[in-house]
Amino acid sequence: MVGIVIVSHSKTLAEGVVEFCRVMAAEAPLVAAGGMEDGSFGTSFERIKAAVESVNQGEGVLVLMDVGSAVMTTEMVLEDIGDDTVQMVDCPLVEGAIAAAVAAEGGLDFAAVKEEALSAWDARKL
Amino acid sequence: MASKDQVIEIIHKVAAAIEREAQFLTDLDNAIGDGDHGINLSRGFKKVEEELPVVADKDIGAILKKVGMTLVSTVGGASGPLYGTAFMKAGDAVKDHVSISADDFIAVLEAAIGGVQLRGKAEKGEKTMLDAMLPALDAMKAAGTADAKAMLDAGVKAAKEGVEYTKTIIATKGRASYLGERSIGHQDPGATSFTVMLETIAEAI
Repeated sequence: MVGIVIVSHSKTLAEGVVEFCRVMAAEAPLVAAGGMEDGSFGTSFERIKAAVESVNQGEGVLVLMDVGSAVMTTEMVLEDIGDDTVQMVDCPLVEGAIAAAVAAEGGLDFAAVKEEALSAWDARKL
Repeated sequence: MASKDQVIEIIHKVAAAIEREAQFLTDLDNAIGDGDHGINLSRGFKKVEEELPVVADKDIGAILKKVGMTLVSTVGGASGPLYGTAFMKAGDAVKDHVSISADDFIAVLEAAIGGVQLRGKAEKGEKTMLDAMLPALDAMKAAGTADAKAMLDAGVKAAKEGVEYTKTIIATKGRASYLGERSIGHQDPGATSFTVMLETIAEAI
């Protein structure tokens, strides 16, 4: 299955998004990379890299981020890994994560899971 | 302009300056951002100081790269990937060097700024560190490399003017952009921390 990593400055926010996704997709390879090593606020290169490696089953990994350094630090991790099938996806974090997790658990391929995450842009609430 | 040992000494001085200004930088960031700039940079440079002896026998390029990688790993906020990339690119510009000239320093700063632009995707006038970096580079180029001290002083003067300029503009990049017009009147923390670093270098030469 395609792996999914949730990157946030906040440990609890990242874990919360994962918790939310698990309700819909209990089996998806999904992991949180929130906060710093010591649990404080921020984004950690090492935590993100370890998270990506932990969910990589060889079918690709999508990384969803909150803002600012979450994007920049993830970008540096991906440059370091240098694998085309490990990519960031620019989408609303919660909605995109749910869509991607359900798609990954359903066995969709990398491109399709990414497309599902991007479809969150069109999921209007009002 | 500086030998390898002097570069190491200057990095220690930069770390001390960041430590000294940490609260001020954090206060600036509290006003328009997420209030972590000084704390984060100070944590990063403390780790840099710990790591410096490990690379003391390496060339200046490798030392600057190590500084960058350490900042990326330890800072946690936007200044981590930004200054991290800046120092890593700066290291590439002086690969295998055991001393740096004023011309090399221009190349270092140019590479560092390129790194910040690559990572942050910001432009001049968005109330970021670039608003101090770009004028400093221009002023140093204009001053010429014949007198390194005069060149650096010109850079510091322009960087300080750049910091003042950030007070007059609306943030359109980074966390401060959420404040829109309310960001006017506040100076950019990143532009300020860059100026602290450049001033420390200028004082050491």
